[in-house]
Amino acid sequence: MTDILMPALSPTMEEGTLAKWFVKAGDSVRSGDVIAEIETDKATMEVEAVDEGVIEAILIPEGSEEVKVNTPIARLVGQGAVAPTPVPPMLPVATPELVKPAPMPSTPVAIDPELSADAKMVKITVRDALRDAMAEEMRRDDAVFLMGEEVAQYQGAYKVSRDLLQEFGDRRVIDTPITEHGFAGLGVGAAMAGLKPIIEFMTFNFAMQAIDHIINSAAKTLYMSGGQIRCSVVFRGPNGAAARVGAQHSQDYSAWYAQIPGLKVVAPYDAADAKGLLKAAIRDPNPVVFLEHEMLYGTEFEIPADVDWIVPIGKAKIRRSGKDVTITAHSRMVGLALKAADELAAQGIDAEVIDLRTLRPLDHETIVQSVKKTNRLVTAEEGWGSMGVGAEVVARVLEHAFDYLDAPPTRVCQEDVPMPYAANLELLSLPSVEKIVQAAKAVCYR
Amino acid sequence: MARSPAVSASKTKKAPTGASATKEELLGYYRDMLMIRRFEERAGQLYGMGLIGGFCHLYIGQEAIAVGVQAIKKSGDQVITGYRDHGHMLACGMDPREVMAELTGRAGGSSKGKGGSMHMFSTTADFYGGHGIVGAQVSLGTGLALANKYKANGNVCFAYFGDGAANQGQVYESFNMAELWSLPVVYVIENNQYAMGTSIERSSAETHLYKRGASFLIPGEEVDGMDVVAVRDAAGRAAEHARTGKGPYILEMKTYRYRGHSMSDPAKYRTREEVDQVRKTRDPIDHLQEILEMNGWADDAALKAIDADVKRIVADAAEFARTSPEPDPSELYTDVYLEAAQ
Repeated sequence: MTDILMPALSPTMEEGTLAKWFVKAGDSVRSGDVIAEIETDKATMEVEAVDEGVIEAILIPEGSEEVKVNTPIARLVGQGAVAPTPVPPMLPVATPELVKPAPMPSTPVAIDPELSADAKMVKITVRDALRDAMAEEMRRDDAVFLMGEEVAQYQGAYKVSRDLLQEFGDRRVIDTPITEHGFAGLGVGAAMAGLKPIIEFMTFNFAMQAIDHIINSAAKTLYMSGGQIRCSVVFRGPNGAAARVGAQHSQDYSAWYAQIPGLKVVAPYDAADAKGLLKAAIRDPNPVVFLEHEMLYGTEFEIPADVDWIVPIGKAKIRRSGKDVTITAHSRMVGLALKAADELAAQGIDAEVIDLRTLRPLDHETIVQSVKKTNRLVTAEEGWGSMGVGAEVVARVLEHAFDYLDAPPTRVCQEDVPMPYAANLELLSLPSVEKIVQAAKAVCYR
Repeated sequence: MARSPAVSASKTKKAPTGASATKEELLGYYRDMLMIRRFEERAGQLYGMGLIGGFCHLYIGQEAIAVGVQAIKKSGDQVITGYRDHGHMLACGMDPREVMAELTGRAGGSSKGKGGSMHMFSTTADFYGGHGIVGAQVSLGTGLALANKYKANGNVCFAYFGDGAANQGQVYESFNMAELWSLPVVYVIENNQYAMGTSIERSSAETHLYKRGASFLIPGEEVDGMDVVAVRDAAGRAAEHARTGKGPYILEMKTYRYRGHSMSDPAKYRTREEVDQVRKTRDPIDHLQEILEMNGWADDAALKAIDADVKRIVADAAEFARTSPEPDPSELYTDVYLEAAQ
């Protein structure tokens, strides 16, 4: 004997009208047969029998209104012979127990590998540092491959993949059609199968076509699979303001990706970090968004010659020590912040410059420690200020060092407009050394 | 696999499309299809009881497809699909308890209760989801095929999608790369005639979806998706094509879902008569039962025994899903990141 219960049409339905019976006591039913029709204010739906048997009794007559979900509406007997489904009370909506404050996925605090005094240094552009990182990791691990537009025969739209095709062949350096949504999905699928793709976007502006796979497919699958499906993939390419290319080719996406749990987001400034962090990103078992900067590709920096140079993801770097004001920056803005610090020094203000390097997980401990010393904060970024990286840095400082602040923190960022094309307007819209200097002076009440 | 002598069409009155299958195979398909149907009916019931939340898309009516393709799948061949995925998971051999407990959001679920109806995976069953974004599984499946070619492992990916997804742009981006690079992927289009409430005639300029690969030079064929043996045989041809380096293949499975798009869909865009007509004349399980009976391969008692066994397993799965505890609160922050090996 089985009770047939008033079903819910949706998770929010609590009661409804039993509009019509299509069976009567004594009728035989098979699973799948329509036996009744129920209505709510939103919809009408047919009720199908789940078990076979004979209707012994109709318990709720047709036309009855306000029938609560899970009320027995009829009774079935017979060969169904399935143990009666006990009528479970509607599960109370569980009040989730308060979980301890979000432990932000903090990467173990690690410092850069110590360099011995006699470590061999070489001068190299950011472009070649990135290339070397990929080449070294591809030599080390056959599962690593590079895929994107113009990465192989053309040698990279920005020549970041120069000579990789010659060394690794077209199995591992793959030219794609112009099809970002598609090849990002292919890359994530290949990662689910255990490969370690490096997916190059010619610029991150074009990754907008592919952002569904970066977020919905790459970032969330480990969680949705209860830890079963890993997705070790690097999405890399130039991000941020380029020069005179207008609104659609000039945008900083840092904040977009840095909001997503499941992703790691890295935005290096110099060649040593570009190489060391890209190697770490390729080896990382999680999806990593690796934001480069076109305007830095040709800039030369000294880096350690060691092929095992790896910079841990999740650790900021104090680029310049100071005691009067903390300036945070990432990617190209670090260079501007350092120049601003020089100008500020000439005016008697001793600025500390923190290169965030990784935006997710954000190393707020380094920032908070700095602000506890300087008591003043300026954030600098190429993205828009609203809901941006600076906004997050300020929030963390307020949460962890509110009592140490001697002035309201200030954000320096892209003006709240799409990137203009005209040279003078473009310049006006972008953060600059001068804007950082002014902001730092303002928080120092100078 | 060893085949006993095939059933010849001439021995039976009706055209038995099960001609190339053995008794054991047919009984296996019968059981697997019935398992999916009974499982889904029970899932619908649990949904009605408020035990399953959110979206719940039932596979009832389409069972022959997942079961027929599975008969061709070799170990290591991957399966990936969209959100109407319970049938594929059961066909792949995932534990009905774990699938049902995922539907109820319990710790015993296949994703520990953190995925839900649309997001289940099993690396041991070669099942790669379970994807809620319409069409995403086509690019992802093509990527699984890329990995097969990269590793030269001889495996094929079966990427399922519906007539609704067939109009997504990334499907064609994937078709292009799959053929360009000869990737071992079989695209299985489950054309159940309705993308939620929009019929194929209202959504598609070309309603013959097997032709959709033509401009990429991908061969395609139309298959009776209500006939498990026809599905199996077509999948065999397609997989052979893909496995031997000839690239992708498209199978358009003509099928029908009996239930609404999801549990909260009253399905007013089609008539009760239309649904009844399909159930009466094209039901995949009834059809196979006829073939079995015509050949004298299963009498009423034998089929009833299968039915009872399936019901027992499904009842057990439902009980497990009802009684498995909710995930521990400490699971909230697990499985967001994997620890990096330094």
